[in-house]
Amino acid sequence: MTQLFSRPSSLKDVQTHFCPGCHHGSIHSLVARAMDSFGIAGETIGCASVGCSVFLYNYFHIDVVESPHGRAPAVATGVKRARPDRIVFSYQGDGDLAAIGTSEIIHAANRGEMITVIFVNNTTYGMTGGQMAPTTMPGQKTTTSPNGRNVVNDGKPFRMAELLSNLDGVAYSARIAVNSPKNIIQAKKAIKTAFQYQVEKKGFAFIEALAACPTNWGMNPLVANERVGNEMIPYFPLGVFKNNDNL
Amino acid sequence: MPYIIIDEERCKGCGLCTVACPKKLVSLNDQPNALGYTVAVFNNQENCTGCCFCAEICPDVAITVFKEDLR
Repeated sequence: MTQLFSRPSSLKDVQTHFCPGCHHGSIHSLVARAMDSFGIAGETIGCASVGCSVFLYNYFHIDVVESPHGRAPAVATGVKRARPDRIVFSYQGDGDLAAIGTSEIIHAANRGEMITVIFVNNTTYGMTGGQMAPTTMPGQKTTTSPNGRNVVNDGKPFRMAELLSNLDGVAYSARIAVNSPKNIIQAKKAIKTAFQYQVEKKGFAFIEALAACPTNWGMNPLVANERVGNEMIPYFPLGVFKNNDNL
Repeated sequence: MPYIIIDEERCKGCGLCTVACPKKLVSLNDQPNALGYTVAVFNNQENCTGCCFCAEICPDVAITVFKEDLR
């Protein structure tokens, strides 16, 4: 008997706290698979942010530093500079990276720190109760925009992957989604490349992962999964925006 | 013949595997598990091709895919 698919060995065999249909679990497993493919779990240090991604240390067989809200790229900078022999990545949500930590991510990217950043964009503040984030879609109802996001007052959603790809310090910037098997295959490749940039000491790599948040969107998991394809991908196009060394 | 095993205690009944399966061999059960989720069940073992789409999309990594070796 051959096992065609099994749990990645860097991912702990535990039940996650994520809601049914939440894409965090899929992204966790792709990150674990990327670490497995380079055999780097033993020398990896993760920087967890504030949000649903906070329990990184419960789900990965790696060392994890907890960062204050939005400051994971700054913490990762310190960790990487103190231990340049380690693989360092931060894992952040959109409330964390695109709102509270905008300054930290832009400066870490501009300095070209040798870290990998995984950014999970679910268009809302997930853990704190579904408030509006800078990435919230136009017209989307959240607890702080009960009539829908008004682009006249609040502007249009941030496209972080494109924004960062314009900085000289960034070596790799891509946007992925995990809503269908096809997108998962591309996502797996992109996350692996992002870690490869760091393993080969080639620079700062940024991954934006589109994700569903069924609970805060007030949808069932299947409808929320469809929304990623129908509403988010047309606004946030998938693809690689920068690939300096064509890895 | 390939087949899948769904960990009933890990499954949260989100149903993403039911739409990912190209042959629609996975469906949601009527009976809840210990946590109250109506978990996914595997039907019609003969038609499984072992594509692993259900396992790839499962956010809780609750699905394992096997293939019996030919003797």
